[in-house]
Amino acid sequence: MSNKRERPLSPHLQVYKPQLTSVMSILHRLCGMALALGTVMVVWALLAAATSEAAYNQFIWVCNTPVGKLALFGWSAALFYHLCNGVRHLFWDTGRLFEIRDAYRAGYAVLVATLLLLIWFWGAA
Amino acid sequence: MSAGNEKIQSPLARARGAGSAHEGTHHWWHQRVTAVANMLLMLWLVWAVVHIPGWSYVEFTTWLAQPCRAILMILAVISVFYHAALGVQVVIEDYVHDGACKVVKLVGMKLFFFATAVACIFSILKVALGS
Repeated sequence: MSNKRERPLSPHLQVYKPQLTSVMSILHRLCGMALALGTVMVVWALLAAATSEAAYNQFIWVCNTPVGKLALFGWSAALFYHLCNGVRHLFWDTGRLFEIRDAYRAGYAVLVATLLLLIWFWGAA
Repeated sequence: MSAGNEKIQSPLARARGAGSAHEGTHHWWHQRVTAVANMLLMLWLVWAVVHIPGWSYVEFTTWLAQPCRAILMILAVISVFYHAALGVQVVIEDYVHDGACKVVKLVGMKLFFFATAVACIFSILKVALGS
């Protein structure tokens, strides 16, 4: 114990003022994790469809409850955001959009695209 | 790379530049490749879900059983679940610092995504071939 000194860790996240770029970066990872968890719903839907009509109807029933609807909406929002921001990441991977102004512009474009996809999807579905 | 390392490494190993792990950027690269595949497959899936005739059991299974859709669904499951496993791996590596706990979580997570992907693919095939 004596040789294990409590050294300061790197600055904590809450020290920094939230910025569009940092918040969107955190949101990208959060949405990715949410989507990873959300695969369970996909597994359930497909397994139920393969099992029986009763099992499938049970899944649809759960989807139509308020909690199920909220989960579906959250899943779609996470998907659209992670998809759009993923494109922004792919641009960064090619060395583009690194100027602060471009990073912000692309960030706003991602938010607008996410919103448009959400409106289109829930308007059409 | 240290000067000592260069003496030990063969010219080929030095040219590959992968070090003792024998791999460099494959995780990063696989994440990007599946990202592009996911983008196309999920845009298709979202479009297809919007245009599905209905959500009754018969409507859904008939919709899924169509060969093109079943194939695209299987491809989407493979690409998405692999991408998810790669992503969750990075998060575990970032936030879990205890060695044994990290290994258990990493292996458990990979097995989970592998098992659920197999369940999805089997289900799609059963619906597509069974009826």
